[in-house]
Order: sequence, then C-alpha cells, then structure tokens
Amino acid sequence: MSGMSSAALFTAFKTIVVKEIRRFTRIWVQTLLPPVITMTLYFIIFGNLIGSRIGQMGGLDYMAFIVPGLIMMSVITNSYANVVSSFFSMKFQRNIEELLVSPVPNWIILAGWVCGGMARGLSIGLIVTVLSLAFTNLTIHNLGIMVTTVFLTSALFSLGGFINAMLATKFDDISIVPTFVLTPLTYLGGVFYSIDLLPDFWRGVSMANPILYMVNGFRYGILGVSDVNPFVSLGMILVFITVLTIIALRMLARGKGIRH
Amino acid sequence: MTNALEIEGLTKTYGSGFQALKGIDLNVKQGDFFALLGPNGAGKSTTLGIVSSLVNKTAGKVRVFGYDIDTHLSDAKVNLGVVPQEFNFGQFEKVFDIVTTQAGYYGIPLKEASVSAEKYLRKLGLWDKRNTPARMLSGGMKRRLMIARALVHEPGLLILDEPTAGVDIELRRSMWAFLEEMNREGTTIILTTHYLEEAEALCRNIAIIDHGRIVRHTSKRELLQQLSIETFVLDTDTALDVVPVLHGFEVRLDDEGSLEVDVEKGQGLNGVFIQLEKLGIKVLSMRTKANRLEELFIRMIEENAEETRRAGEGVA
Ligand SMILES: Nc1ncnc2c1ncn2[C@@H]1O[C@H](COP(=O)(O)OP(=O)(O)OP(=O)(O)O)[C@@H](O)[C@H]1O
Ligand SMILES: [Mg+2]
Repeated sequence: MSGMSSAALFTAFKTIVVKEIRRFTRIWVQTLLPPVITMTLYFIIFGNLIGSRIGQMGGLDYMAFIVPGLIMMSVITNSYANVVSSFFSMKFQRNIEELLVSPVPNWIILAGWVCGGMARGLSIGLIVTVLSLAFTNLTIHNLGIMVTTVFLTSALFSLGGFINAMLATKFDDISIVPTFVLTPLTYLGGVFYSIDLLPDFWRGVSMANPILYMVNGFRYGILGVSDVNPFVSLGMILVFITVLTIIALRMLARGKGIRH
Repeated sequence: MTNALEIEGLTKTYGSGFQALKGIDLNVKQGDFFALLGPNGAGKSTTLGIVSSLVNKTAGKVRVFGYDIDTHLSDAKVNLGVVPQEFNFGQFEKVFDIVTTQAGYYGIPLKEASVSAEKYLRKLGLWDKRNTPARMLSGGMKRRLMIARALVHEPGLLILDEPTAGVDIELRRSMWAFLEEMNREGTTIILTTHYLEEAEALCRNIAIIDHGRIVRHTSKRELLQQLSIETFVLDTDTALDVVPVLHGFEVRLDDEGSLEVDVEKGQGLNGVFIQLEKLGIKVLSMRTKANRLEELFIRMIEENAEETRRAGEGVA
C-alpha cells in the first residue's frame, strides 16, 4: 500500500491535534474551569486549613507534599476525560466517518488523539502548578524526571481514554472507568498521604497501584522525596504505554464499534 | 481507460447475520454520471459504504480507478469523495473548519485547504455561513456542506448517497446544475436517489438494485426505450361517467373522471383524438401519467419480487 508522504502524515496529525485543542478550548467552561475551581478548594482546605494542623508529611510541609499529587491528579483525570469524551462523541455522531473515508493511518489517528489529551492534561497541569504557587513555594529537584513523568503519565491516560472510547457503546460507559477505577486509585495513590503511614498489609496493597508510582515519580521530580524509586516508576509507565498502544492499534485495525 | 469504479462479486453479511448484498457486480466508467437506484433497504448504502471504507465487506473486489481497496486502500481513498446519507459532521464545529479539517485528513496543508474550501463553499452557496456551527444550518445547507467537504481534496470519483433527500425543488435544481458542472469538468459521479426524475435528468447509466442483487445495469436511454407503453391522462370539458370506446387503445377513467389512455410506442396519438372528436368529447389538457422511469422501476421491482418468490417456492 503506497501511503501518504511524511509531510502529508504530519499535516493529518496536526489537523487532529488542532481540532482537539479547538474542541476543549471552545468548551472551556466544561474543561478548563472545573479543575481550577476544585484544585483551588483543595489547596485552601487541605493545604491551608487542615494542612496547618497536620504538620509534616514525608518530612515536608503538608501543603508542599500534596501539591505534586494534586497536579498529577488533574493531569490524569483531564487527559483521560478529554480523549474518552471527544473520541466517543465522534463515534456517536458518526463523525468518525470523516476519518474512515480518508487515508489517515490508524497510528496517526491514535497519536493525534493522545496528543490532544496531553494538550489538555498538561495545560491543566500547568495551570494548577501556577495556582499552587499562590499557596506554597515550589523548588524543582529534578526537572528531567518531573517533566518525563508528567508527559508519559498524560500519554498513558490519554491512551486509556482512547481505549475506553473504542469500547463504549453508550454515554454511561465513558464514566464507569473514571468513577470506579481512576478516582479510587488516585485518592489511594499517595496523593494525600505517604504510604509509610499505612500498616504493612495496606502498604503492600498500595504498591500494586500504578498511580502511586506516577504520583511518587512526579513528587520526586519536584521535591526529591518518594515512596518508590522514580526510575522504576518511569519504566512501569513505559511498559503500560506500550501495552495500551498495542491494544488500541489492534482495536482500530479491527474497526470494532466504528465499522460495521 | 480504467473504470472509475469496479465491483465484483461483492457480498455483505452484517453482524446480525443479515445478508444485505448477495453478489454485486458493477462498473462505472470514468466521466460517467451514474445512478444506483432501488427501494428502501435494497443495499445501496451498504454498497457505497463498502466502497468508502465505512462498512467492511464480506467478500468480493472493489477497485477505485484501478486501485484495489484490499491492496491499495489509501490510493483508492484519495481518489474518492463521499457524501453519506446521514449527517455526520461535528455538530458544534464551524462550516469552514469542517471542510478544512477534512482536507487535513487527506494531508492537504491548511493554506491549500482554505483555498479549496472557499472555492466549494462559494459554489455551493455556503460562504456566508462559513463561521456558523453546523448544527445551526438548515437541512439543505447541511447536505451542501457534506458535498463541499467531499470535494475539498478534488477527488476523481464523487459518490453521493441521497444528496437531495429533504431538499426543496429550487435548491434541488441548483444542486443538479452544480453536479452537472462537476461532471462536465471531469468528475465521475455516482448517486443514489429515490427521486427518479433526478436520475432521469442527470444520469447516463443506471443500475437497479433490489434485495442485495443488481436487477438491471444499463444505460438510461436503453432503459427508457424499453418502455413500450406510455399512459396519457386527458382532462375533458365534461366529467365522464362511462368509459368511451376507443378502437385500438386501452382506456380507463381515473378517480377524478379524467381519461387514461395507454398508447403503444409508434402508435401515435392521432387515433385517440380523431375518435374522441367523433364522440363529441373535447380535450382541455393532456399530460403523461407519472414519471416514465418510475413506472419502469416499479415494474422491475415487482418482477424481481415475483422471481424471488418463485425461486423460493422452487426450493421449498
Ligand atoms: N448495521 C447494520 N446491521 C444490520 N443490518 C443492516 C445494517 N445496516 C443496514 N442493514 C440492513 O441491510 C439492508 C440494506 O440496507 P441499506 O442501508 O444498504 O439500504 P438502502 O438501499 O441504502 O436503503 P435506503 O434507501 O432506505 O437508504 C437493510 O435491510 C438494512 O436493514
Ligand atoms: Mg441508504
């Protein structure tokens, strides 16, 4: 099959990313505003009001401790939400047919949506970071690890959102994973506490939670403290990304749910 | 010259187990204006859906300008523009963005895409609406938007699945003029329609599909020649209540008391008028009954149903 030239592939990719960015900025009241409000409340309530009574966590000021976790939480939720709702509504409106009739290869479609999800996840991550500066001082311990961790995590959850959208057949299906999987795993993923506080058994259980590694990897990048080795965390994210990419590409190739 | 579209032995069985296509063969020459006709559920959209990669085929071959969709899919796609039966653009996106985004999917950079988008949006009378979200367009505008979107990459073959469904007469005529112009400029066009006068006005070749089979694949001229009997409706000055006897002609009265006369090809109408004159019946106006193609179409579908039924009996 003689495909598109690399310039044409790049144009197609850019088209998808621009369309995705246009979408989430157009509906900024639904996409950009809520995390700003929620996170400000978290900072005020957990950081300032309650945080001042908690004192130290993991050897740090409580406010400083939770900031990296809250940034990660916003990145995870928003990357996932962007791709799942955008791709599912595209499928639902049959708008996906615009792509099916065109010569865009599947890997470009996937890359386009993942980057779209990252654009939203990371923009919000950045906004939340800037907000947090009003409450605490951030000094970055290891920029490389911090940036790599947040980029890869955003990519991973964008992929997850994509797969969820491929599987979903009705609107309910796009909120199942965020509600029953992502939210609990994030809350229990060491955003608000160090797992050192937990009894041995629960600490063991927590170690099976992938989000714990991402949050801690990112926290290490900023604060230099972590419950786990940040390189183990990066390696794990990469493994997950590889697996989900293969699954997503297979689904696209089979066209399940998008082609009769 | 390679054909714009070649379909061989195409079958489709949907996931539900329903066999929508039972072996379709179809050839459309380059430069042709082709109509795919058939009753609801005949398999028209399924056929066009397979050609445009929206539906997976079960078996058979499809080639677009000689490019086999199994081996040269992206070449086939580049040469094809698709106007689907149902609206399928992003409802919240603006008209101009919809068209340029589609061009982007074909790898056309935004600058070129904008030129092409403007050209077709102007031609289709949508330029003023370029910044309007698609959901705020009228039904007819939405149809035209889908045509502009399908043409933005200048495909050699344009397929339109019921492009004028729900479009008023005036707009329909302007869409016909547009499509004729595109065809004159070299674009091969295939359309499906339930308005047979549309096929009669536009197309040179016609295929009729029914129950997943092609029952006719011929030129419009040949098809029309087959119509040996034409029915004329005559309005008379006084309402008739008895059927007048006209030698050599089959005559009936319709519900409104107008006269219906079947005239065989070559028979001429003079005989009708001479005899009516003698009977003292004055004809005020005359028209042909229904659309000729329509009549033929209905007859063909009925014959096919009859054959299918007989074949069924044979098996039972
Ligand atoms: N996704 C599907 N799953 C199962 N059956 C389907 C599906 N899509 C179409 N069919 C069936 O296949 C047959 C052909 O449908 P198709 O849409 O091709 O007809 P059509 O000729 O385009 O009809 P219309 O003029 O009403 O648009 C119909 O019986 C239809 O019910
Ligand atoms: Mg149809």
